[in-house]
Amino acid sequence: MTAFSFRRVGALLLRHLYIMRGSWPRLLEMAYWPAVNMVVWGFTSQFFSSHSQWVAQAGGILIGAVLLWDVMFRGNLGVALSFMEEMWSRNLGHLSVSPLRPVELVAGLLAMSLIRTLIGVVPAMLLAVPLYHYSIFDLGLPLLAFWVNLMVTGWAIGLAVSAMVLRFGLGVESLAWVMVFAVAPLAGIYYPISVLPGWLQPLAWALPPAHVFEGMRTLMQGGGFDGIRFACATGLNALYVAAAGGLFLHIHHVARRRGLLLNVGE
Amino acid sequence: METPAILVDHLVKDFGPVRAVDDIAFTVASGSTTAILGGNGAGKTTTLSMLLGLLLPTSGTIQVLGEDMIRHRYRVLPRLNFSSPYVDLPHRLTVRENLTVYGHLYGIAALPARIAELTADLDLGEFLDRPSGKLSAGQKARVALAKAMLNHPDLLLLDEPTASLDPDTADWVRGFLTRYQQARGATILLASHNMTEVERLCDQVLVMKAGRIVDRGSPEDLIARYGRATLEDVFLDIARNRRHTGEAAQ
Repeated sequence: MTAFSFRRVGALLLRHLYIMRGSWPRLLEMAYWPAVNMVVWGFTSQFFSSHSQWVAQAGGILIGAVLLWDVMFRGNLGVALSFMEEMWSRNLGHLSVSPLRPVELVAGLLAMSLIRTLIGVVPAMLLAVPLYHYSIFDLGLPLLAFWVNLMVTGWAIGLAVSAMVLRFGLGVESLAWVMVFAVAPLAGIYYPISVLPGWLQPLAWALPPAHVFEGMRTLMQGGGFDGIRFACATGLNALYVAAAGGLFLHIHHVARRRGLLLNVGE
Repeated sequence: METPAILVDHLVKDFGPVRAVDDIAFTVASGSTTAILGGNGAGKTTTLSMLLGLLLPTSGTIQVLGEDMIRHRYRVLPRLNFSSPYVDLPHRLTVRENLTVYGHLYGIAALPARIAELTADLDLGEFLDRPSGKLSAGQKARVALAKAMLNHPDLLLLDEPTASLDPDTADWVRGFLTRYQQARGATILLASHNMTEVERLCDQVLVMKAGRIVDRGSPEDLIARYGRATLEDVFLDIARNRRHTGEAAQ
């Protein structure tokens, strides 16, 4: 049997795509929250642009920030909710005695997260064009660099949350929302990191999103693409996602030792 | 000599201070049907979980289909399957969708034809496109069997295969398992509380109590040794610590 099989990863994706196909409210909900968020911040941005020189200097800086924040937020939820779906439906036992390997389960969760994030965030990005005459796509290739980095941070958080849910049960499922918002104050989504107290700034710089959002602002204010910020974010992300993936696989092993793979469900 | 389908030796499982499985050893011959009998908490499901690789033993060895299950479970998993009333298939997916997903996971060639074959064998046609969560207990049992049969398993592990089924459906399931085993020469290991089922299906019975195998033999052998009329009486003797033969009959 091959060590890694794209067919088995595809089977896992198919399982989640069947759920989506069978439930249009789910699809609508995925796109709904990012769109509402964008609309609220769009009006806020319009108000601030006439009252704040900082915002006025770079049109769409707040809308861009909220759209990119949603990439990270949805990236995290995409992993965590797809994993919890297996627990809610008490399907983890069947999956665990199928030839699906834990690393393929992780790959399937990440791929599902990408699909869910695209469904959630792209409509909001497109909606911003007619509503606020702001196209995030004008950022060009750097948008891809920001997207990928934030997505990977979301994956790292989602994998860590999934590991905790596997270890401690569905009682800690709210971590899917709690953990990502714990990062938000330090991520500098809507403000520069220099606003934070001095003792908090090193903590912020230890997080990839701080580099991404700072880089986004630099670009939008005409400072060009900051390669150092990009390298920092990418390096930190590699570290965090490897650690989170390792944690998930370790907890999966612990679950096999403690008998947690069968005793799951609502 | 033919390699046994299952070879377990000195198997122990501790959950903290609790010893759930206590130094058991047994062999299941290829092509046979074996039952693990025991009351609640006897260690049946824990043993099955270790055989499936869902649970790591504290110590001991497990060989399944000639492979070390602890070190090489991914060599074995494509050749076995299992069914349990305590593990569901996703409720929101239809029966056909569930079988398709698991068919891809097991790498089944000509999957639509295999699903059609199982649909005919297990009489799933009426509810093939219905969500799995909206089926009756009997229908769910048949779908669980269909999933368990997808890969033509050489070894089938069944946890209480007829639990919560009416007598008619339970009898039908037993008939299906017998036909499958005869046709494919498969090995079946089941954990059950249902003595009629065990008497009808099994060549060998392992009786577990408090994590140990306290007796074993064919159903006929156990009934004769305990001087009882049915396996249920034997089970009660063991559960209530009555010794076999003369003492049991008194």
